[in-house]
Amino acid sequence: MRLAMRPAMKRQQTQKIAVGLITGAAVLVVIPIVLVILYIVVQGIGALSWEFLTAPPRNGMTEGGIMPAILGTLILTLGTAIVCLPLAIGAAIYLAEYASDNRLTRWVRLAIVNLAGIPSIVYGLFGLGAFVLFLQFGTSILAGSLTLGIMTLPVVISTAEEAILSVPQEFRLVSQSLGATRWQTIRHQVLPHAMPGIITGVILGLSRAAGETAPILFTVAAFYVPHLPQSISDQTMALPYHLYVIATQVPGMPLSVQYGTALVLLLLVLSLTVVATVIRTRMRRRRDW
Amino acid sequence: MGPKIVVKNVYFTYGDGTEALHNVSMEIASYQIFVLFGPARAGKTTLLRLFNRLSDLIENATVQGQILFNGRDIFERGTDVIDLRRRIGMVFAIPTPLPGSIRDNITYGLRMAGIRNRDELESRVERSLTQAALWNEVKDRLDKPASALSGGQKQRLCIARSLALEPEVLILDNPTSGLDPLSTAMVEESLHELKQRYTIIMVPHSVQQAARVATTAAFMLDGEIIEVGSADQIFGQPQVKQTEDYVTGRFG
Amino acid sequence: MANLNDFAKARTAQIALRVRPMGVWLRRGRLETLIELLIRLSGVSTIVIVGLIFLFLLREGLPAFLDIPLRQLFGSRWYPIEGFYGIWPLLVGSLVVTAGAIVIAVPLGLTTAVYLGEIAPVWQREILKPLIEVLAGIPSIVLGFLGWVALAPIIQSLGAPTGLTALTGSLILAYMALPTIISISEDALYAVPKEYRDGALAIGATQWQTIWRVVLPAARSGLAMAVMLGIGRAIGETMAVMMVTGNAAFIPDLGLDLPLHPVRTMTATIAAEMGEVAQGSLHYNVLFGIGIVLFVVTFAINLVAGRLVGSVVRRRGGQL
Ligand SMILES: Nc1ncnc2c1ncn2[C@@H]1O[C@H](COP(=O)(O)OP(=O)(O)OP(=O)(O)O)[C@@H](O)[C@H]1O
Ligand SMILES: [Mg+2]
Repeated sequence: MRLAMRPAMKRQQTQKIAVGLITGAAVLVVIPIVLVILYIVVQGIGALSWEFLTAPPRNGMTEGGIMPAILGTLILTLGTAIVCLPLAIGAAIYLAEYASDNRLTRWVRLAIVNLAGIPSIVYGLFGLGAFVLFLQFGTSILAGSLTLGIMTLPVVISTAEEAILSVPQEFRLVSQSLGATRWQTIRHQVLPHAMPGIITGVILGLSRAAGETAPILFTVAAFYVPHLPQSISDQTMALPYHLYVIATQVPGMPLSVQYGTALVLLLLVLSLTVVATVIRTRMRRRRDW
Repeated sequence: MGPKIVVKNVYFTYGDGTEALHNVSMEIASYQIFVLFGPARAGKTTLLRLFNRLSDLIENATVQGQILFNGRDIFERGTDVIDLRRRIGMVFAIPTPLPGSIRDNITYGLRMAGIRNRDELESRVERSLTQAALWNEVKDRLDKPASALSGGQKQRLCIARSLALEPEVLILDNPTSGLDPLSTAMVEESLHELKQRYTIIMVPHSVQQAARVATTAAFMLDGEIIEVGSADQIFGQPQVKQTEDYVTGRFG
Repeated sequence: MANLNDFAKARTAQIALRVRPMGVWLRRGRLETLIELLIRLSGVSTIVIVGLIFLFLLREGLPAFLDIPLRQLFGSRWYPIEGFYGIWPLLVGSLVVTAGAIVIAVPLGLTTAVYLGEIAPVWQREILKPLIEVLAGIPSIVLGFLGWVALAPIIQSLGAPTGLTALTGSLILAYMALPTIISISEDALYAVPKEYRDGALAIGATQWQTIWRVVLPAARSGLAMAVMLGIGRAIGETMAVMMVTGNAAFIPDLGLDLPLHPVRTMTATIAAEMGEVAQGSLHYNVLFGIGIVLFVVTFAINLVAGRLVGSVVRRRGGQL
């Protein structure tokens, strides 16, 4: 090979420079992440107070708290879970346990890949066209949850399938050799052992949904509702949309309130991520094979 | 009474095109230890997994021929595969306790069959563990994780787990492969007891083990049955040259 | 005779023992059939959902393509108030911002993946990987907000007439696409067999030569997929882009200062204007029409990316 013939000195130099540059790039990626988080924490921490978290906004949203938005996001996240989970876990079980290598399966996989690639604003359009208008749910928690739930499907399906496939094949063989049916085997052996992975995927998917704005713009999000939603056909405020509104639509909004809202949203979403990681490691440690 | 299992002209091909069984025919009589032996990749595991149709789990494989169990073809359309697997128990080469306690493992098959009665479950736990010569060692820690047992104990647990379903046939695929001589002896010991009540089909760890435990033996090579006969015949006066070479260690 | 009787009794006892579980089994059999049906249905439902999404986009968006002459639809003026629905400026806007993001994110992402996969010691990897997951987890609105309040003033201070420019959008988008690019290319690098590296090192290649001449070429289809999906991620991003690109719907002059002009993307247009249009109006149809364009573009990107990896390899078999 030619490369081995180059003068050793020069090769070593290139090596040093290259590694230096690569390391530099990695630093360039990481530093802004740390900065962004630190910056929001530093700027926003001052706004956090008991009132900020538990009171509704007052005085043109420039004072008071953001409780309706926090609660709205929690409700929407729950709604997303209810819509997404049965379908996603069903589809994951189908792919991992039932699907044979045929055309239908390839179509399902293609569909999932493409669902994952559809822009969130397009989900918003779909939600508007299908749920708000066609099914006449109106701008409502129901329409928003359905939209977010469908958007979250591909993430949860992929991670859940991964988790199910990682359950050792031995358990399936043993279980069925003992006269368990295929579903019994899934129910009693596969799912319990895939659970940490599934839960991780679910929480990650939900944390994405909780932070999304575009899909809820036309399906559920309200600029300002003085009271809490009474039913699933009500609109609700939501944290991401609220942040958008106070940052760009309300003149004279104190910066501290904006940063405080951003911080609450960030904490909510990242804490979900952390919870997912903790559950994963905890349950991993407990399993005994 | 006719033979327990009859294999008639069975061919088996894996999805990747490997023909693992080629025109296999034989009969297995009740209440004995039937030993199926031969070099690696002869097709022994493949054949065993046909008996309880665990082969159904292999994608894209094709089977031809008949296997009669109690006179009925197991590949027939209306066959209740689940019931078949309860009647034909299977123990694998690597001891594989399911996650959970010793008791959970033994009662798993029963619970899946819908048996809820505590007393019944308890008595079956004791009976099957006793039959597998494990009761005395584990009776005080039935609720401890099965994964904490030693290799030999795990394998006897797997035998007991199959016995709990009170099968008619017990299949053991090289059950002592990973065990030390002492554990091996204990497993072999329990097999001699068990053949009074069950029909045992076993792939042995070695020719020596085959000779020690067999009532009847079948020698397999490259997907075909070369010779079947009583243990005395196969290990004393084999009729076929290949069998003789293999049992006398001149193989290969 | 007595013998036969005994035998019959014994048989009945045995059968009784089996019949009871069998009874349960039969009832359970029906439940299982139902469950398995539901499982298969949820699998197939994914196809149905993709179909439905496209159908509903068509239902609301097709009139745009039918009622507006194509020349006008792809014309260069977007003035909905005066009835000009030329989506060309929006396409260009999306293109400029996405291209800028990719120019920034691809080199950064690939090198970071190389660093994580080939150079970084284990302890660094264990800090860096979660950090990148955190980046993936930051809601786009939060990054958009930061771009709006913190990054835009910086850009402006660099001499641009405004801080809300294509460049601001590209920078934010780049960091949003980074996690996708990094994690997929890292998987691609990981899949390169260790023997390749050992072979190259054995004949005296330096680590860098090994990476550049052996590892990267071997991983190229996976790396291409990472870039494709990164593009897909960037082109579909909405909120952050809407907040920081200035939303001016005209085509900037092609020049070196192109990135320093405000632009408006397709996604931002939908988000910003859908709230104000009358349902069923032409404007409303056109916004859905833009949705169709986005759907088709991302669909195509994912199709190509999917081809790059071939079919999913299933880890099965076990050692029993
Ligand atoms: N899942 C599979 N897919 C494809 N081919 C297989 C599979 N399992 C086994 N085979 C092939 O079928 C043939 C018979 O294998 P089998 O496992 O039945 O042999 P065996 O006699 O049990 O061997 P051993 O003594 O090593 O356990 C071999 O050539 C093997 O490579
Ligand atoms: Mg074998």
